[in-house]
Amino acid sequence: MPPIILAVLCFLPLVGLSSYAMHILVLVIMWSIIGMGWNLLGGYCGQVSFGHAAFFGMGAYSSGLLYYHFGISGWWGLLVSIPVLTITSLVIGFICLRLRGAYFALATLALGEVLRVTAENLVKFTQGDLGILIKQRTWVEKTWYFYVILLLAAGSFLLVKKVMESKLGYYFVAIREDQDAANSLGINTTLYKTIALCLSGVLTGMAGAFYMNYMGYIDPTTVFPLYDISIVTVMVVMVGGVATYWGPVIGALIMVFLAEVIRSMPKIGAAHQTLFGILLIFIIIFLPNGIVGDFRKITGLFKPRGALK
Amino acid sequence: MSLLQIQHVSKRFGGLAALTDVSYSVEKGKILGLIGPNGAGKTTLFNVVNGFYPPTKGEVLFKEERISHLQPYQICKRGVGRTFQVVRPLQRMTVLDNVIASAFLRAKDKAGAERIALDALQFTGLYDDRSLVSKSLPLGKRKKLEIARALATQPEMLLLDESFAGLNPFEQNELIDIIRKVKAKGITIMIIEHHMKVIMSLSDQVVVLNYGEKIAEGTPKEIGNNPLVIEAYLGEAERA
Repeated sequence: MPPIILAVLCFLPLVGLSSYAMHILVLVIMWSIIGMGWNLLGGYCGQVSFGHAAFFGMGAYSSGLLYYHFGISGWWGLLVSIPVLTITSLVIGFICLRLRGAYFALATLALGEVLRVTAENLVKFTQGDLGILIKQRTWVEKTWYFYVILLLAAGSFLLVKKVMESKLGYYFVAIREDQDAANSLGINTTLYKTIALCLSGVLTGMAGAFYMNYMGYIDPTTVFPLYDISIVTVMVVMVGGVATYWGPVIGALIMVFLAEVIRSMPKIGAAHQTLFGILLIFIIIFLPNGIVGDFRKITGLFKPRGALK
Repeated sequence: MSLLQIQHVSKRFGGLAALTDVSYSVEKGKILGLIGPNGAGKTTLFNVVNGFYPPTKGEVLFKEERISHLQPYQICKRGVGRTFQVVRPLQRMTVLDNVIASAFLRAKDKAGAERIALDALQFTGLYDDRSLVSKSLPLGKRKKLEIARALATQPEMLLLDESFAGLNPFEQNELIDIIRKVKAKGITIMIIEHHMKVIMSLSDQVVVLNYGEKIAEGTPKEIGNNPLVIEAYLGEAERA
């Protein structure tokens, strides 16, 4: 299944889609990566984060600052974001992972905001609210950006799959289900939660580094926002399906399209956050496992009543 | 040879003394029954041995090594497995995956972990239920799953916290057989239990706690005849 979808996606740019359609596709794939990253930590390991903007922003800024301070291509940010995000995750993990449940979520939420305010105020280092502009974008066409992000997404998908089928995956789920029980079964919960956080942070950060190169401009409010990144990340995974391989992809597809559709509607467009909120409530009540997780339930709705069996 | 030594262990929660100067040791290859009325501190003692709580005073030695400053996962690695009074299977995982997760402790790869896990499932009679989601298991089987998970960490010592509570007589007998088999493998067992029949038939040695203090220690027969114990525990049970 994944190779077929990958092959179809590889040929998609050759069909001659409009620049706008390609843009939407690139965003969908980028959000799938962020969703996969979040899913590792929040879905499989059970540590729900409301601060993934911190990772996204750190990735974007490690790319942007390389370009701004050293004049080298922002694409190096994809590589540099790996050590940067590992260190960021270790620091965040050291502070937040001793907390459980809602307290962990709140701490990550606060840290995301702290990073945004920091980026706004370290004017000499980050240019503050002026943001960072890459003067010459690498490609005018979207095609190559599409292939870069597709490659990243395929890599992330494989990584998540490999991790979840290994000892790490079993340990993550064991920690999600019951930390104390996991601990007394010989699992060093702090260590494995930290590993989940690092993997999650690196994936999200690489998506951020890509974003810098793709959009060509970032400032603290576009890459560190609580709503537009952190909350949307949670929604992507919730809508698609927590702790499923395809959940983040489906979730990204729906969320990006919905955002575009709603925003383009006259008058209602301004209320897109409200509508997202309502959508989330519906998902939580009727499809608590997301579209992928509750797929059977959805197909069941379309079967004629009484004709079961 | 004593495998586990509990030396002058006290545990206080604020002003409440949950355990006061408890000392005893568990002989290698034997079953030690830990009994006492509700709130006597039995589970607290397990939590101290298992590493959830550090003792306020005293120490716990396992194979002559002090373990009372270690984390639960480190103590498990040294060979002490435990089950919980409130069964805690990893709900959304299958029975087999549950056991695999704990088998990874001693296995190099997934195939190895699966082998250990299947062994443990066969041993506890859960092999046929291996692909069920653990949430759907009835209580009796969940208790067995707890034991299978602990066994998959290949412990030298097993702490069983009220494994018999809520089981029907048939399930109780099955579990007694399993515990005898565990003992036959050379695994030392410390068991908390309320069913006198179970304790009397399984234990080589019995320790009685009351209000956090050890009030008696001896063979099941000695304990049954100990007036202090009858007053604190058996007597109370008869009145109830």
